[in-house]
Amino acid sequence: MNKLDRNERLVKLALLVLAFSAVAVLAVITVFIFSEGTPIMFRHGLGKFLFGSDWYPSENSFGLLPMIVGSLFVTFGALVIGVPLGLACAIFLTEFSSPRLRRVLKPVIELLAGIPSVVYGFIGVVILVPFIRTTLGGPGLSVLAASIILGIMILPTIISISIDSLQAVPRSYREGSIALGTTRWQTTRMVMVPAARSGIIASIVLGMGRAIGETMAVIMVAGNAVAIPGSPLSPVRTLTSNIALEMGYASGEHRQALFATGVILFIIIMILNTIATASSRRKGGKGKNSR
Amino acid sequence: MNPRREQKIAAGVLWFFVLVTVFILLFMIFFILRKGLPVLSLSFLARNPVDMGRAGGIFSTIIGTIVLTLAAILIATPLGVGTAIYLTEYTWENRLTRVIRFGAECLAGIPSIIFGLFGFILFVTKLGFGWSILSGSLTLSFMLLPTIIRTSEEAIRSVPKDFREVSFSLGSTRWQMVTRVILPSALPGIVTGIILSVGRAIGETAAVIFTAGSALNLPTSVFSSSRTMSVHFYILAREGISLDNAYGTAAVLIIAILGINILTYSLMNKYIRKFQ
Repeated sequence: MNKLDRNERLVKLALLVLAFSAVAVLAVITVFIFSEGTPIMFRHGLGKFLFGSDWYPSENSFGLLPMIVGSLFVTFGALVIGVPLGLACAIFLTEFSSPRLRRVLKPVIELLAGIPSVVYGFIGVVILVPFIRTTLGGPGLSVLAASIILGIMILPTIISISIDSLQAVPRSYREGSIALGTTRWQTTRMVMVPAARSGIIASIVLGMGRAIGETMAVIMVAGNAVAIPGSPLSPVRTLTSNIALEMGYASGEHRQALFATGVILFIIIMILNTIATASSRRKGGKGKNSR
Repeated sequence: MNPRREQKIAAGVLWFFVLVTVFILLFMIFFILRKGLPVLSLSFLARNPVDMGRAGGIFSTIIGTIVLTLAAILIATPLGVGTAIYLTEYTWENRLTRVIRFGAECLAGIPSIIFGLFGFILFVTKLGFGWSILSGSLTLSFMLLPTIIRTSEEAIRSVPKDFREVSFSLGSTRWQMVTRVILPSALPGIVTGIILSVGRAIGETAAVIFTAGSALNLPTSVFSSSRTMSVHFYILAREGISLDNAYGTAAVLIIAILGINILTYSLMNKYIRKFQ
């Protein structure tokens, strides 16, 4: 019995150590990215780094503004495409579809999450980019192409989290609303979506995080020119592509500047994660809406 | 507007959006398979790439993918399942569990390129593992960790409470209860999470290319650099080396992903039925 007790205590300790693996990994990643990336930012001046628009690594000139703006543009574009499509799918699957249809559609839509990002990028290059070039003009490799591809790529995130939050709305809400004689759409619009609002917002914020963080697909379709894009048809370089394109041959200060790019990306992602966690923790505004 | 008409219009619009989404997905899959399947043959799968991938097959990249994925899973599974067991069976909701959960959630949101940067600086350069299977699989395992934690936790939580009570009433210790009752019942759910992670590992490019490198030969040890199918596909397509072979590689990737999704789905169904 004593031996069992001791074993139990050992097991508990071991599990506690394992449980800290995720936190430890996060901490180590943070430390390494920051310790590699921040010194050069302060050496060259934070303002020049964030708001300078000259990126000439060979002349030690590192301005990240075009990449920051580029990331924001393609992410915004991705949301314009991904949010309506994703929310429509989520609402359809939870409120409008028959259980039978849902059983077929849900796994099909979930497949979108499994397709590798390089495949998305490739389809973008061989189909979307030539299409944009011939119908709308410009080089084809553009903000628009990246936005469309990213918009599709963030669908699974938006759909699955929105579905979860719609399903978490208590049944009595829907039943109460239907009992008042509303149509299904009125119930969706006036009861379900408001009740699931914070989860839906979380899904959009996490989708944003995915769009900002996506690398390979964007490199393939965005054109990667270092300039603030003048129109949706201009090529663009994002923070992620900046890292991936030059990491292969960078050294010295240039490599540190790429890590600094990583630091900025990391900070943006952390802010988005925190917003999403805070929003989904508010739990559908149960207090406010049920009154 | 008449609510009934509004309802009809709304349903129509929603249907349209769903159809667009499904169409995009099916189009991508059929497009890749239509262009890629004619390239596939036994020799494409069984021969090594020749001349940077212009000729020959993709054998070494298949092996690279399998080795890297397996190693990453072997590292991430004990960590992830251990975390899940701790969170569900050994503690209650408190500040500590919130920290652990927040850590896992943040980790899940970190872009793969950041993992790549991190793996490159720590494993490849600081620890001197070089571009290798070791560096690649360690980096990948960190990426997979949140998924494995989350799915294992869900699986363990869905084991009915009575199972635990009966086990305790028979005089088992907590650990006996976990190993003999909880884990066997939660196994299909845990396996589902692992298979899901395999899918993610196979498709990953950004984190792998900077840690495992892109050598085309067959790996001989954990310190050999190795190229995965996704990296191979990316290089073939981006550098315009061979469009045909790119389509072929993409088809193999898509078939693997389809297989994994079907497997996960059927496992999940079986599992859900078990507790209903």
